[in-house]
Amino acid sequence: MMNSQGVAPPGAVEARALTVERGDRTVLRSLDFTVEPGRITGLLGPSGCGKSTLMRAVVGTQAKVGGTLDVLGLPAGHPALRPRVGYVTQAPSVYSDLTVRQNLDYFAAVLLPGRAHRDSRRETVTRVIQDVDLTTRADALAGNLSGGQLSRVSLAVALLGTPELLVLDEPTVGLDPVLRRDLWNLFHTLAADRGTTILVSSHVMDEAERCHRLLLMREGTVLAADTPDALRTRTGSATIEEAFLHLVDEAAATARKEATR
Amino acid sequence: MSTTATTPAPRPLSPARTLATAVRVLRQLRHDPRTIALLLIVPVLMITLLRYVFDASPQTFDAIGASLLGIFPLITMFLVTSIATLRERTSGTLERLLAMPLGKGDLIAGYALAFGAVAVAQSVLATALSVWVLGLDVVGSPWLLLLVALLDALLGTALGLFVSAFAASEFQAVQFMPAVIFPQLLLCGLFTPRDRMHPVLEAVSNVMPMSYAVDGMNQVLTHTDVTTDFYRDILIVAGCALLVLCLGAATLRRRTG
Repeated sequence: MMNSQGVAPPGAVEARALTVERGDRTVLRSLDFTVEPGRITGLLGPSGCGKSTLMRAVVGTQAKVGGTLDVLGLPAGHPALRPRVGYVTQAPSVYSDLTVRQNLDYFAAVLLPGRAHRDSRRETVTRVIQDVDLTTRADALAGNLSGGQLSRVSLAVALLGTPELLVLDEPTVGLDPVLRRDLWNLFHTLAADRGTTILVSSHVMDEAERCHRLLLMREGTVLAADTPDALRTRTGSATIEEAFLHLVDEAAATARKEATR
Repeated sequence: MSTTATTPAPRPLSPARTLATAVRVLRQLRHDPRTIALLLIVPVLMITLLRYVFDASPQTFDAIGASLLGIFPLITMFLVTSIATLRERTSGTLERLLAMPLGKGDLIAGYALAFGAVAVAQSVLATALSVWVLGLDVVGSPWLLLLVALLDALLGTALGLFVSAFAASEFQAVQFMPAVIFPQLLLCGLFTPRDRMHPVLEAVSNVMPMSYAVDGMNQVLTHTDVTTDFYRDILIVAGCALLVLCLGAATLRRRTG
């Protein structure tokens, strides 16, 4: 964890005074947070609170990013980070006119090009198809898959090349409970066995319990950053949802107090 | 940041990634047999139609037919590329690719390679049919016709890629065809020799790449040897294609709002 001497290992993601503007609107206001390496950090908050923008800033596709944002020890968006960070957008971004395997073949060739790696690419592609449980649909056109299957193809692309940091924007939306459980088990396996750092967003509060740490966001600010247990204890709440509401009220009260002062 | 042992930044152009991109684009096309059929058959049908429209005046067919052999690949590749890259932008695959170690050059060269291959197939069919079946009278080598057709296709790919950055939807992308291609079509010397146009229009036609594409075709049509004008023409077309490809690369942004 963080200590005042600053000798703790740097976080997988370190943000200091991170600000993002889109048009004339400030979407993220001076955020400070750390994502611990090898853990699952949940990014929670209502839709429109800036979760996706924050994730795009981390993977380096967001323009107009102010403040400091370091990812795996390099400034976010550094070219050397591209093979080391996996990113799944909210909308599944795969080619609908290719089969599942052809999609993965192509993205694998981008990550690990060359004839010399052909065998290891084939193994990786087979592995990630198994990871997302699509073996029986491997030769189906992506355009013919259901929404949940399609987002799993998108996730499989991010698992290629065993990234050190996985940034997942609402990966479990529209999935049935069994699949959701399986995916969360997969995330835990990745973190435990491969030491992958996972930053995953959700607007479903009950998924919070499955994360090691949480960043609660609202209207472009971080309300709290802690473990689920600590958040519940601190706010005296039974669930993360209650804790979130408690923190929102608290923030509103502070703001009122400062306004009247 | 004083972190050591960072992986090297990706090179601007990697042959393996370019080839992988070209293979991917062709695989996408293979799942769409109707588009392939249209790409290959429509030029053949149009050139056949033209042959019988000018049934009584073979010289006119020679002049217009040769020009069309250069214009077809330009128009079709313009359309195909502008839609394909627009889809790449709107589906989020472009953002994903640019967050991966893929150079912009790899992506563009991959598209150029794939559509160049399609253009070769298209031009071989149309040229072979024109020269051997429809009696198109070419004084020079048919191979040179093919070379010009290929460069025209690359120019079309380049223009399509470039305008796709300014189209928010497929509707808009298709409308760029008349906006970008038609003026060139009218001014390229297909309807009337360029030196007999209004001087202002002639000056405009002098800076439009399609004028040189058509002129190159006509050089092959009327000269046995490779002329200096032919070299000038293909250099200008190739140069324009390269320039517009670079402009197109500049429209691929890794960071967007």
